[in-house]
Amino acid sequence: MLRSPSGVIGLIILLLAVSVAVFGPMLFPNSPWRMVQRPFLPPFTLATVPLGTDALGRDVFAGMIFGARVSLLVGMVSTLVALVVGVPIGAMAGYFGGRVDDALMRFTEFFQTIPSFALAIVLVAILQPSIYSIVASIAVVSWPPVARLVRGEVLSLRTREYVQAAVVTGQSNTWIILREILPNTLSPVIVLASLMVATAILLESSLAFLGLGDPNLISWGYMVGAGRTVIRQAWWITVFPGVAILISVLGLNLIGEGLNDALNPRLSREGR
Amino acid sequence: MPKRVLLGLLLACGLTAPALAQEPKTGGAINAVIQPEPPGLMLAMVQNGPVQMVSGNIFEGLLRYSPKLEPQPELAESWSVSEDAKTYTFKLRKGVTWHDGKPFTAADVLFSLEMLKQTHARARNNLAQVDKVEAPDDYTVVFTLKQPFGPFLGIFEVGSMPMVPKHLYEGTDWKTNPYNNAPVGTGPFMFKEWQKGSFIRLVKNPNYYEKGKPYLDEIYWQIIPDAAARSVAYETGKVDVLPGGSVENFDVPRLSKLKDTCVTGAGWEFFSPLAWLWLNNRQGPLADKRVRQAVMYAIDRDFAKDVIWNGLGKVATGPSASTIKYYTDDVPKYPYDPAKAKALLKEAGYKGEKIRLLPLAYGETWQRWGEAVKQNLQDVGMNIETIATDVAGGNQKIGDWDYDIAFTYLYQYGDPALGVGRNYVSSAIAKGQVFNNVEGYSNPEIDKLFADGAVATPDSKRKEIYEKAQKILVEDVPVAWMLELQFPTIMRCKVKNLITTGIGVNDGFKDAWLDK
Repeated sequence: MLRSPSGVIGLIILLLAVSVAVFGPMLFPNSPWRMVQRPFLPPFTLATVPLGTDALGRDVFAGMIFGARVSLLVGMVSTLVALVVGVPIGAMAGYFGGRVDDALMRFTEFFQTIPSFALAIVLVAILQPSIYSIVASIAVVSWPPVARLVRGEVLSLRTREYVQAAVVTGQSNTWIILREILPNTLSPVIVLASLMVATAILLESSLAFLGLGDPNLISWGYMVGAGRTVIRQAWWITVFPGVAILISVLGLNLIGEGLNDALNPRLSREGR
Repeated sequence: MPKRVLLGLLLACGLTAPALAQEPKTGGAINAVIQPEPPGLMLAMVQNGPVQMVSGNIFEGLLRYSPKLEPQPELAESWSVSEDAKTYTFKLRKGVTWHDGKPFTAADVLFSLEMLKQTHARARNNLAQVDKVEAPDDYTVVFTLKQPFGPFLGIFEVGSMPMVPKHLYEGTDWKTNPYNNAPVGTGPFMFKEWQKGSFIRLVKNPNYYEKGKPYLDEIYWQIIPDAAARSVAYETGKVDVLPGGSVENFDVPRLSKLKDTCVTGAGWEFFSPLAWLWLNNRQGPLADKRVRQAVMYAIDRDFAKDVIWNGLGKVATGPSASTIKYYTDDVPKYPYDPAKAKALLKEAGYKGEKIRLLPLAYGETWQRWGEAVKQNLQDVGMNIETIATDVAGGNQKIGDWDYDIAFTYLYQYGDPALGVGRNYVSSAIAKGQVFNNVEGYSNPEIDKLFADGAVATPDSKRKEIYEKAQKILVEDVPVAWMLELQFPTIMRCKVKNLITTGIGVNDGFKDAWLDK
């Protein structure tokens, strides 16, 4: 992993973003919703509000810092939820095959045939926008690829000799799946997960941009959406959070790529 | 001598100037924005803002109202009131025809009143004091009231009481009548076509009873769903008129500065939109008067006016807007005073109970306003949680009384008996509706004052009653009054005489002309 320069860059970006999300609010205890200066103050004019203020005179920099927390948290938690749902379904489908496989995969396809963003919008709108409904809806639209990936891996692994040996020695199905098969599917799942976090951040931003964010929490997408109507008067309200989204998503993609290189033995051998 | 010459010159200029500048020119088409797209155009059945704006130029009422809300002739050319103030006699204009050529007579008036009582909630309320209506001949209509009703001459505006063609609606199922989609009125413009999602086209009524009017040949109401795109449409010249509320407030200063652009806040006097926060008087911390007063002290309403509304409008002092009858500012005042708000909350024993805030889902301005108010209230220690919802969802929650604080704005229709009392008297507490006494305020004294005020004579007596009511209400803070809203109309300066009445663009195209 550390051998690939892009992976290292991605890792640095992620660490930076995470530390901002974790420690930033401690350094800037003021609520990002507080109106601190005159509205539409351009960036780099006052040291106290380095990135300027928005339409209500709120500190754009404080918004960026608090927004990092929400964006990253939503990205990670929803990915985690998607894994918790997707991995078992994929594993069961791949391991048991036959009717179980058919049933589970038709169920998965049912979700895959609906455009994911449209489904997320509908879910958030029905459940009312809140951090929970947003995490839930992102998870709901992002587990199917996980299930399909895990299923594919398990399908190929379950015919291996060591798995059959485990079956012959009378191990329980649960034991075999958890101990023999799943650990070997980890590397592609990890790569997928890192990309899913990036997608989830984008999804959250898009939802917040459309006004479907949690109204009590500031996020980068919300800031872009709220600043959009005044972009001609005040570019900085949208540009800074937009750049933050861009960089963190880029960082996560670089990490995903780096992990892929590092964890895929065939690729890494060719690379060397 | 030179002095006298100068004076004479001035006089001469003053006398001749109007004649030089204001000779209306005939012809031309105007493009105006309509936002949002109206759900229909049959004014007797649907009365949303955009419906009134388009259809007010197709249909007409018996009377029209000046910016000072004085009644003026429209379909009725004159009227008289009996000594006991219980009989109103209207003489209808002769020679008026519907757009299909049939004559307009007193029979149409009687039919319209019957229909409106079933399809138009506000008309039904306005007509509640009417005992009977008769038409002694084709051009006379006589209203007999149960008791004197002060604001009676204020209920004949086109959006409040549009005249409907009897020959097209009588005996049909009103809801499915084909003329709902191609409305037929008596107004200066006739409905021509409606490309859903694109534009509504009205054309000149060549047989209009006022000779020479209207001056314009066509009106195109352009439907542009995105606020930024509406501003751009004006800048690029696609539209000439942006009626109030059709662009975001942030854009108003920029558009106002454009070349050949005229802006006016006039034309909303009849409506006098007043924004306030519903405070749920029934339950939770807000059931305590001191907490409600704290809300008033905690909110920086000047900030809202200057920053969120770009300086447009006026900080409200109480339940009546300053533009309607019997308004008084001799009431308790609530300046921005967070310290006082904190003290009141402490006195009331508020302990950080959660308070739900429902913003109004009418676009960016209202969203920002919700955020600012939330911050104001949190600053004095209130625990506010914003509930995100769309317009329909918000209406449902408010109608079900499932809220603590909720934004709204309502029209006042010129008279406290028409547009103010409905929000405070206890008889107007009815679950499921959003324009009545939603806050659940109940005070027998207020009930009596509004009941007396509606029927009291003479005017000075009504004034006394309503001033007293305003004082009591402002002391009790049943709702938290925010701003008298102003919706500026932005248009090219070549559009003349568009806003001449108390409802502005809604019936203004009758007199409008284009200076080419």
